[in-house]
Amino acid sequence: MKRWLIIFVSVFVVETTIAVRAETDAEVGARKDALDVAGAFSNEGFMIRDGHWCGVVKPHDHALVAVNLYAGNQYWFSVGATEPVKKIAVSVYDETGKQVTTESYNNGEKAAAGFSPANSGQYFISVDLVEGEEGTFCLVYSYK
Amino acid sequence: MIRLVKLGVLAVFIGVFAAASAEEAGHLAADQLAKAARNDSISIPTPGELFAALGKTGKTNWSAQSRGPIPVTYSNRAQIALNLGGLIADGFIAVEAKDSQQVKNIGSDIIKLAKALGVSEKLLSRGNSINEFAENNEWDTLQEELEATENEVKSSMQSHADQDLVILVTLGGWIRGTQVVTSAIMQNYDESSAKVLRQPALVHFMQSKVNEISPELRGERLVKDVSEQLGEIEKLVSFPPGKPPTVEEVRKVNQAAGKAITEIESKELPK
Repeated sequence: MKRWLIIFVSVFVVETTIAVRAETDAEVGARKDALDVAGAFSNEGFMIRDGHWCGVVKPHDHALVAVNLYAGNQYWFSVGATEPVKKIAVSVYDETGKQVTTESYNNGEKAAAGFSPANSGQYFISVDLVEGEEGTFCLVYSYK
Repeated sequence: MIRLVKLGVLAVFIGVFAAASAEEAGHLAADQLAKAARNDSISIPTPGELFAALGKTGKTNWSAQSRGPIPVTYSNRAQIALNLGGLIADGFIAVEAKDSQQVKNIGSDIIKLAKALGVSEKLLSRGNSINEFAENNEWDTLQEELEATENEVKSSMQSHADQDLVILVTLGGWIRGTQVVTSAIMQNYDESSAKVLRQPALVHFMQSKVNEISPELRGERLVKDVSEQLGEIEKLVSFPPGKPPTVEEVRKVNQAAGKAITEIESKELPK
C-alpha cells in the first residue's frame, strides 16, 4: 500500500514538474513576442522596462494588472500570447475603472495599447482574449 | 417567503446585469480593480521613469542633484539594501546628467554593496558593462543596464531567501528618487512638474509590502523609522488628480524624503 502511495506521489510530482516547465516555455515564447512588438516602439525612442508580467488569459475573462504611471511620459503596453490563443486585445483603465482612450495595435496573438496619462497615478492594463482558447500571455511596457 | 426569494433573485439578476453593463460601457467595477495583479517588476516604476517625466520640462539641472559618495561598509543588511536602492537611483541621475565618471563610480559602489549582501558573482559582469557603456556614452543602454542590475540583485536575493530585503531595495530607490525630484521641482516650480508626485497607490503598495516582511526586520529601528516616513509621504502624495501640490507641499515631501535618506545613509544606526 505504502509502495503504491509512493508511486502515485512520484507520478504526480513528475506530471506537475512537466506542467510547470511547459508553462514556463509558453511564457518565454509569449515574452519574446511581446518584446518583438515593444521593439518597434524602441525605434521611436521608447525604453523597454526590464520587468514583465505573464499569466493565462481565458475566454470571456480578462487578466488585469496594476501599474503606476507618470503624467508627462508616453507609454506603450505590448502583449504577446501563444497558441491556442488566436487574437488578443489590450486596454487601459484609470484608477476609477474608466476606460482610457488609447492608440491600438492588433495583430492576432500580438497587441499593444499606447497613451499619455494626463494624471500621475495608478492605471490598470487589461489583456482580453478575443479569439481562440485559453493560453499564456506576457506583457511588457515601454516609456519615453 | 416566496416574495423574499423573488426579490433575492431579482437583486442577483440586477447585480450581474449591472456588472456586465459596466464592463461593456468601458468601465471596471471596484471589486475587479481590487483583484488586479500587482508585482514588483511591473507595478513599481523605475527611478528612470520618474526622471523621464520630470525631464520633459527641460529645466532640470541633473548634475546639481548628485550627492557625494556614501559609505559602502555598512554591516546592517537592511541598511545595505536601502542604500543599494538609493545608489541605483543615483545611477539614473548620473545618466540623466550624462556624467560618465559619476556613472562608473556609482556602478562600482553598487557592486560593492551587492557583494556585501552576498548576491551573485554574475553581477561583476554587470559592473563591467556599466563601465563600458559609460565610456561610450550609451545613455539609453545604461538605463536598461541599471534596471537589469537592480532586477538581478533582487532575483539573487529571492534565491538566497532574502525576499524581505527586496522591497527595501525598491523603497530606498523610490525615496532617493522622490528626494531628488522634489528638490528639482522646488528649484523651478511649475504645476505640470509637480503633477508627477501624485502616487498614492504606489506608496500604499510599498507600505503593504513592508508590512509583509518578517517581524524581526520590521522591528529594526531604521526600518521602523523609514516606514513611518513613508506613511507621512503617502499622505503628502495623495492629492486629487488635477490639483498639483503647491511649492510648500512639495517642500514637505522633500523634507520627509530627505529625513529618511539622512537616516538610511548614516553610519550611526538609530538606537
